[in-house]
Amino acid sequence: MADAPVPAISVRNIHKSFGQHEVLRGISLDAQDGDVISILGASGSGKSTFLRCINLLETPDEGEITVAGETIAMKRNRAGSLVPADRKQVDRIRSELAMVFQSFNLWSHMTVLQNLIEGPVHVLKRPKAECIAEAEALLEKVGLAERRNYYPSHLSGGQQQRAAIARALAMQPKALLFDEPTSALDPELVGEVLKVMRSLAEEGRTMLVVTHEMAFARNVSDRVMFLHEGVVEADGAPEDIFTNSESERFRQFIGNFQA
Amino acid sequence: MDFDVAFLLSTFVKLVAAVPMTLGLFACSVSLGAVFALGITYCRVSGGAFLSVFARAYVFVFRGSPLLIQMFLIYYGLGQFPAVRHSLFWPVLRDPFSCAVLALALCTAGYQAEIMRGGLQAVPSREIEAGRAAGMSGLLLFRRIIAPIAIRQALPAYSTEIILMVKSTALASLVTVWEVTGTAQRLISQTYRTMEVFLVATLIYLLINFIIVRVMALVEYRLSPHLRERPVSASDGGRQGEVHG
Repeated sequence: MADAPVPAISVRNIHKSFGQHEVLRGISLDAQDGDVISILGASGSGKSTFLRCINLLETPDEGEITVAGETIAMKRNRAGSLVPADRKQVDRIRSELAMVFQSFNLWSHMTVLQNLIEGPVHVLKRPKAECIAEAEALLEKVGLAERRNYYPSHLSGGQQQRAAIARALAMQPKALLFDEPTSALDPELVGEVLKVMRSLAEEGRTMLVVTHEMAFARNVSDRVMFLHEGVVEADGAPEDIFTNSESERFRQFIGNFQA
Repeated sequence: MDFDVAFLLSTFVKLVAAVPMTLGLFACSVSLGAVFALGITYCRVSGGAFLSVFARAYVFVFRGSPLLIQMFLIYYGLGQFPAVRHSLFWPVLRDPFSCAVLALALCTAGYQAEIMRGGLQAVPSREIEAGRAAGMSGLLLFRRIIAPIAIRQALPAYSTEIILMVKSTALASLVTVWEVTGTAQRLISQTYRTMEVFLVATLIYLLINFIIVRVMALVEYRLSPHLRERPVSASDGGRQGEVHG
């Protein structure tokens, strides 16, 4: 075990409450390089909160997060809550974990191309010409090369989400976090986004995907985690978990999608 | 009333000579006011309870009381105190132009601070979150994401405030600054031709504001390409509805 590979993302025992309501009650996860993990759960099960704790968009009340072997330093403030000890470290780790949001969250005042090079140029401080060349290649890949000078408001939802995925890739992240990437899309636009995500999975990208797309979870991911009321209720390879899960709740949950 | 073109022309020339003074009052007070407003806005949104109360009180006082009274208090009022007369600030506070600029700046700062706060509040939190998720924070996040969006949102209200400020400079005539309105009143007291002189003065203010409105509209247009119609270029004209799969 001495030379076991360092996990891309390792999360230990995450707890998070909003007021009296405990949303996450001790969740752990290890993602190796190249893993595609789908995180499922009913709404309110805490799956998005869990994902947002990994890059500290939500600060967990308990727990430890390690990205590529580097643990995010946390300390207790005077009120006793956990807070990041080093903001610079948090910024750096966030730049290594790109996030794709449910409502795309593209920067409205920038063109698609400007959205893509913003992080690489201003956060990673890389040469602009190089970033533009890479961004154009990424836009080609997600089918938006012709739309590079469009503003987000001039694009359809599916195009915006593909641009947001390209923006995430432009950061050359160690892992990608997807927070319900297709939930805000019209049904006929879901396919184009899933197609891009599937191609990323096939490239061997490390991906954590909070989703309601059962077909994606079942056919594309290496592992499926099912959260229920803030704990991991079922966890395993999709072929096992979808066919004979021991969890009654998970069987009920997928039953709702097969009606 | 006879239409005395020669008089109108000579009045126009005399009033135009006072335009640099009006523009000087305007430019100094708007820019100084913007600096004050940035400070007040920072106090208001930075989260500190004491600073926030200070900012609210400032806005309440300077928006809630007449600018003319503020100007009189600064020019005529402060000089009553020997401590002020012997202070470092006396060279500024006994000069009518500086006092007028100060009063105008303090007043517009209250309005501008509210406009800035409104612009900041209108920045979608989703876009800020995307910035944070990409590793931005502090000044970088403000400079690249928050400020550009806030400025675009605030611009229409800001244009209005700037036009109001051009007109407010007329009050400086009451603390003996010879800008366009003051010069007009002096001409009237010499000629008793109120109507003609004030009409020419009105024309001059309209010309100044016309230019300012056009410039602000241009700035707004340049800064808001994302709010305009989507571009139609030769390469994709006619198939905008197409979705690439």
